[in-house]
Amino acid sequence: MSSKTPVKSAATSVAKKIRTEARGIRTKILQRKTPAMKFPVRSLSNVVYRPEKGHFQIKGRKKERTLTVGTVKTFAQTLRMMAFSQELIETDDMATKREAYYVSKNWDDARFNEQPESDTVIEDVEALFGVNREQLGFVPEEKGGDVAGELIVVDHDRDTGEKLRIDCTRFGSGAYSIPISVEQLQFETNADYILAIETAGMFQRLVKHSYWRSANCILISLGGVPTRACRRFIRRLADDHQLSVYVFVDGDPYGYSNIYRTLKAGSGNAAHLNEFFCVPQARFLGVTPGDIDEYDLPTHPLKDVDIKRAKDALKNDPFIQHHKPWQEALQKQIRMGVRVEQQALAKHGLNFVIDEYLPRKMANKKAFLP
Amino acid sequence: MAARQREISVSEFFTKNRHLLGFDSPTKALLTTIKEAVDNSLDACEEAGILPDLEVTIQALAENRYRIEVTDNGPGIVKAQVPKIFGKLLYGSKFHRLRQSRGQQGIGISAAGMYGQLTTGKPIVIESRTNRRQAAHRYELVIDTLRNQPVIKRDIEVDWEAPHGTRVAIELEGTYKKGRHGVETYLRQTALANPHVEIRFQGPAEGEVLAFQRASSTLPPEALEIQPHPHGVEVGLLLRMLKESKARRLSSFFQTEFSRVGPTLAQRIVEGAELQPRSSPKRVTAEAAEKLIASIRQVRIPAPPTNCLSPIGEERLLASLKEQIAADFYAAVSRSPAVYRGNPFQVEIGLAYGGDLTSDDLVSLYRFANRVPLLYQQGGCALFKSVLSTNWKAYGLQQSRGALPSGPLILMAHVASVWVPFTSESKEAVAGYDEIVREMKLALQEVGRQLARHVRRTQRRRDADRKRAYIEKYIPHIGIALQDILGLSEKQEAEIVETLTDTLARSRKM
Repeated sequence: MSSKTPVKSAATSVAKKIRTEARGIRTKILQRKTPAMKFPVRSLSNVVYRPEKGHFQIKGRKKERTLTVGTVKTFAQTLRMMAFSQELIETDDMATKREAYYVSKNWDDARFNEQPESDTVIEDVEALFGVNREQLGFVPEEKGGDVAGELIVVDHDRDTGEKLRIDCTRFGSGAYSIPISVEQLQFETNADYILAIETAGMFQRLVKHSYWRSANCILISLGGVPTRACRRFIRRLADDHQLSVYVFVDGDPYGYSNIYRTLKAGSGNAAHLNEFFCVPQARFLGVTPGDIDEYDLPTHPLKDVDIKRAKDALKNDPFIQHHKPWQEALQKQIRMGVRVEQQALAKHGLNFVIDEYLPRKMANKKAFLP
Repeated sequence: MAARQREISVSEFFTKNRHLLGFDSPTKALLTTIKEAVDNSLDACEEAGILPDLEVTIQALAENRYRIEVTDNGPGIVKAQVPKIFGKLLYGSKFHRLRQSRGQQGIGISAAGMYGQLTTGKPIVIESRTNRRQAAHRYELVIDTLRNQPVIKRDIEVDWEAPHGTRVAIELEGTYKKGRHGVETYLRQTALANPHVEIRFQGPAEGEVLAFQRASSTLPPEALEIQPHPHGVEVGLLLRMLKESKARRLSSFFQTEFSRVGPTLAQRIVEGAELQPRSSPKRVTAEAAEKLIASIRQVRIPAPPTNCLSPIGEERLLASLKEQIAADFYAAVSRSPAVYRGNPFQVEIGLAYGGDLTSDDLVSLYRFANRVPLLYQQGGCALFKSVLSTNWKAYGLQQSRGALPSGPLILMAHVASVWVPFTSESKEAVAGYDEIVREMKLALQEVGRQLARHVRRTQRRRDADRKRAYIEKYIPHIGIALQDILGLSEKQEAEIVETLTDTLARSRKM
């Protein structure tokens, strides 16, 4: 497992890569040939699950974007984004994806109309050079996730460089917020494990009752599909202190194949980076389809999109295809035709989750899904 | 009682039938009057082999009162003919003969004169000169409604500059309107279908002058008169022909009175009706006549001769469209003659597309029968229905269900026949005989295919232009980006943009 820092390792080498690509395109143009850029295909169909490494790895499939009438706009936008990235690198500056979108408003006809368009182009450039967007000078504006519990995060004051020791037990009813870039952080902890939680509601309940104290653990709120920073944070923390990672999400196909799988093995979209942004040691605590019967939980019928997502995962997700228990779990859920939320445990009393559910689960870790 | 009825019969006939004759509204009455006078003038000029020069003048006398004047350079009319042509309803010359002409029943101009007299009390004024050696005459013609007789009230000599020609003037109550059913539209369409005609028009308002130039200086081929074809006769007409024939035997009757019937066919027809070829035509009873008709239907008879038709012709149609309409593309199709119920007919389609024509509206359809524009009753006309039921989407136009296609298009549909089947006496809509509809559709498909080729070609060119403009919008950004990344000079950047623009313009992936 590599834990080497991917960020800022070779900012100048990225600028060099951009120049090399641009030079190649220019040469083609002057030779009166139509230039082309080759991008790795960014989807689940182009990744393979490496169980020994614990994450998705990109396969070789690439798509070629040849400069034609249909592609000339995106082609021009990609080049301008590369030029902008180069400028960021050379001036040691950074821009959020939204700022990059606004910068494009200066590009006349080549401007982006919506941010998703510019995000896609940034991701294309990332994949083109096989680098992280931070290396290109772009940072996400999304929140990284919340942390509470037996952990001291060591950071530095931006101006003075003074060491800051942030005690995550001392946020009261609040929490420590994971920054966008986590590579410079160091950790001090005596916790037994990390509990990653999907919903802010459940996180709040566990924080309010200081579950971390009684269980001697670190609570992290994922807030849906975990961001890269959040994944990286958990990975580094777990690696540094040999911590187990248990994941507690809603009992639906989205919780299983999107949230949990992305946390554990990475995504198909940025597969060249999964090596760094995955948490192979994660184990699935719940809510499992089996819990519905065992804890007599109230359910909702599966929606069409849920069923489609489950069938998709069974058919196309290399991670699910590798793990038989996951296939059985998804098939069972499709058969039952229902989904269950974390907070359904409140049926048995608001603190049932703290007093009963989690302790019973933690007592039988072997039953956790891979 | 019977005598009283006869006394009022002419005006009553007219009043009762004015809707059939095209005088049912003041607007239509004015237009019909002009139409009938113009038809007469054109027929007269063509019969005499003269390229028609027409002058149409409308003078406003009072509110709803106009004086219509149509002057031609035709052969002129001798005095003896004047009452017959202008005064008698159903004057016979055109009714019996089978030859393509504008007026068909001979009701036209006399009905217009009658209408004028009934509404204003004024006579029809006819001025005419027949040749250089004769002086021109001015006749004032009144119809004696008591005796159903036209009477020339005055006859004086007048000055006339041209060697020959006729001027008809009728005063009437009417309404002058512009638009789809207006005089201007009618004259414009008349000029379209008659490229050999020159028309000058002076409307009631000052300066309301129009001139339609001649687009072809040759007369259309002369239409020859033919005898009826057996497949076109019905019992009533057959009986009358039997009575009036000079033939003494049935077999010679069929050979002399009909086209395409020789001794063998004549014998087969007569024997098929179980009659004697030698028996006299005058003795044939109504019952026997029906048998003869039934027998005719059983016998295969060659199609009638088609030299009785005078189509506009593809070349002249094109010339006419180009003269009158500013468009990008023109097409014309003249079908070969065909036959419905023994009557030869021929369908022609002309088309003008693009240019100054507006593209949002429905297609303008101009209908013509024997070169006469049909302005009313479009919905009931077989020509219109044929256009509707053609799939114009296949030819690059838009078309809603059950509607005319839309696009920058003018369509001319012309049917020429010795006997155009109209749906009513006012001659405004063509009846939907299968054969006519079929010919129409074939002609429409043919021009449609030509149009589709043009539309596709234009579309391709426009697409290519649009693509080029699109590419040229983004190529500069490729130049700027490469300049930024590689630190290129302005000249180097310009070189990239130029080369790339050129390469993409040549690329077949465009």
